[in-house]
Amino acid sequence: MNWSTEQISRSRREFLSLAARLGAAAAVFGTSPLHGAAVHVHPNPKKIVVVTFGGGARDDETFSPAGQENIPHLLTELAPQSTFFTQVVNRGILGHYVATASLATGVYETLNNFASVPPEHPTVFEYFRQQLKRPASDAWVVAPSNGFNRIGESDHRSFGDGMGAGVILPKHLLAAAMPADSAAYDHLLQDSYETPYYTPGLRGNELQLQQLERMLQLSVGDFTSHARTLSSPDELSVYIARRLMQQLAPSLLWITLHDIDVAHSGAYSLYVDGIRRTDRLCAELWNTIQTEPEYAGKTAMFILPDFGRDADDDAGGNGFQHHRTGDPLSRTTWMMALGPGIRERVVVDRAIDSLDLVPTLGGLLGFSPSFAKGHPIAEVV
Amino acid sequence: MLPRDLQPEQFQQYPPLAHKLAVENIVALRRIPLSLLPSLLSELIQYDYRFPAERKSLEAEIANAASLSDTQVSEWFGGFAQIRLSPQLESFDWVNAPAQFVEQLSDQLWRTHQMDAFRNAALAYSNRLLAAYPPEAPAIPRLGIAIIGAGAASSPVPLFRKLRPHGVYFRNVKPENGFSLLRNAVADRARGNPAPFAHWYIDGGVPEADLAGVTCVSYGGLEPARAALLRRMNREIHSAGMGPEQLRTIMARMRPAELGLGDEDPVLGRFQVSVLTEGSGTQVFSTTFVQWTVREALRRAQPLTVLARFAPRQRQLPMNELLARTETRAELDPAESLIDGDMGAYYNWVNQQRLAGAEQSRFLAWFEERNEAVVIAPSMPRGTESSTSATIGDLLKWMG
Repeated sequence: MNWSTEQISRSRREFLSLAARLGAAAAVFGTSPLHGAAVHVHPNPKKIVVVTFGGGARDDETFSPAGQENIPHLLTELAPQSTFFTQVVNRGILGHYVATASLATGVYETLNNFASVPPEHPTVFEYFRQQLKRPASDAWVVAPSNGFNRIGESDHRSFGDGMGAGVILPKHLLAAAMPADSAAYDHLLQDSYETPYYTPGLRGNELQLQQLERMLQLSVGDFTSHARTLSSPDELSVYIARRLMQQLAPSLLWITLHDIDVAHSGAYSLYVDGIRRTDRLCAELWNTIQTEPEYAGKTAMFILPDFGRDADDDAGGNGFQHHRTGDPLSRTTWMMALGPGIRERVVVDRAIDSLDLVPTLGGLLGFSPSFAKGHPIAEVV
Repeated sequence: MLPRDLQPEQFQQYPPLAHKLAVENIVALRRIPLSLLPSLLSELIQYDYRFPAERKSLEAEIANAASLSDTQVSEWFGGFAQIRLSPQLESFDWVNAPAQFVEQLSDQLWRTHQMDAFRNAALAYSNRLLAAYPPEAPAIPRLGIAIIGAGAASSPVPLFRKLRPHGVYFRNVKPENGFSLLRNAVADRARGNPAPFAHWYIDGGVPEADLAGVTCVSYGGLEPARAALLRRMNREIHSAGMGPEQLRTIMARMRPAELGLGDEDPVLGRFQVSVLTEGSGTQVFSTTFVQWTVREALRRAQPLTVLARFAPRQRQLPMNELLARTETRAELDPAESLIDGDMGAYYNWVNQQRLAGAEQSRFLAWFEERNEAVVIAPSMPRGTESSTSATIGDLLKWMG
């Protein structure tokens, strides 16, 4: 079967409805963005946390009946509190860095996915900091690999050096903290599941090991000790994100998770493990938001994969392993929005564009992303 | 340079059979737009090392281009002719480096937002080609066999969930002599319908059988080649100026001898190199190796029989264990490999069903040495379950 975007949308809606019928949610899900929703009116959020998955997950392993066992937290804890968009269409290049850069600029970037280059257009962090006159400590990115080290700020001439977000690459920090002859060193240097034998050099405003203690009040020893208790790079990223929230409480925090992209290795079990871990980590982040005084009650969270993965029935691909065909399944994904001012238990079926995220964040926080091509999402702003 | 400017002497670097085919059909090649022709040339340049089915398909495609009227050329290739290419691509040596051209073309299609237009043109073209030159039905119904789960005691989730809707799920299989019976069935088919590359045995470990007339490829058998490849890749990535594109180009140019593979069968040798250099994960995970090898064998050789045996892959160490270890050694992970094999078996069936004669084809997936199997065949009702006690021989017999 070839999946159309309508079928994808229907699949997710049916599943969410199923979850509601099973009693996972206290009330039924709304049938449209305007009807049947339990509306809770709050002022706009003061802080925003964006979580993207670098390495999309397909409906087959998430929102389909067979996939539901993999995302219990998203479905039973977060979905009932969210406005859920069933169709987020990415019309850009389906590479993780370039797609995440596009999400962060609101423009389909065309940069080389595997090069250490900044986005061409201004990022959401630059708009936020320049227009709202925020300090550097108020916008941060936690990203999985060296390839993301330039994502914090563009080279657009309207925005000077240092006007973007600080970038933390936890895995890079850990590699720097480990002795070069340790068994794990080579593995930590592995930058991307898509090109596992290539690691781009660093050149950007990423946080360095020696800054760890000063900025996050975290010694290198404590950092590496804690890392030894974690099972994956994404867990390390969430640990660092929490530390950031506790120490600097940035108003705009962008976390890109990447464990799911192990799918490129072709091992289905590892891909599903990655989905389950990501599901759990999203819930942990939301719980952190609810319990940290600087965030509780005034923070919105957006969760979205950067794009999907290839369908089983597309002969040009190899199913879950890659995202190379550009078929509807690989281009269409979803988004959850949660937090004050965002309605709960609402399912939105109309298609929105990946580029709509930045204008929506601008609408919520009060800045105008003048170069972004998308539109504010009416159901959220 | 554009295709209309092609000259015979430009194909001098092609291997002998490919050179002959190109020169004899140069008029037809000149009619094909630049956004498509290098894709065809990337096949043609490998013609000497291609499987019989691939050669036949390529010859048909070229013959088709030669047979079209001018009006038909516009109809068939119009979508490709609309694709805008940069002057840099037009001046690229796409005759001698067609695969590298295609990589750059892909990059440009993404960057210029023409990927959807190209995809639509390619789908329309392949559909037309399929209608004009329908693939021949196989001499006998195809048979795919997937053996999964070696070493795993049980599955944490129901097995064969994706295959069950298409056939009968047997929950009471007698496993005794199961592999021998399957192996013998494959050998019988090879004896009865001998043809080059028509019958395959692909093993994720060391092959347990040497079957006459059956092409055998195994993860264990290619261990020296895999090690040589990883050494080479490791060396290349530490050289100056290396990036993913350059690394891919180097791998695409790799020859069997560079990986220590003999030249007894150059077609199979090239195939094995392509599995290791083009398949992501095939170098490190045996489950991925089997799934990808089956996919490529079916897509390219269009065999009548494929016996695929998924063996345990090495365990992926979690980060905390990696950090705690002083040295790494490969441990096997039968439990997770069972999950990989379950999905791999489904993909084997999906890929088999893409070939001619799909409605008559047979497929059997078995949890090795255990009691569960699923059988798909015209004689088998879809989406049913059976608790009948059955041997593997019974299942083969009932498939017909």
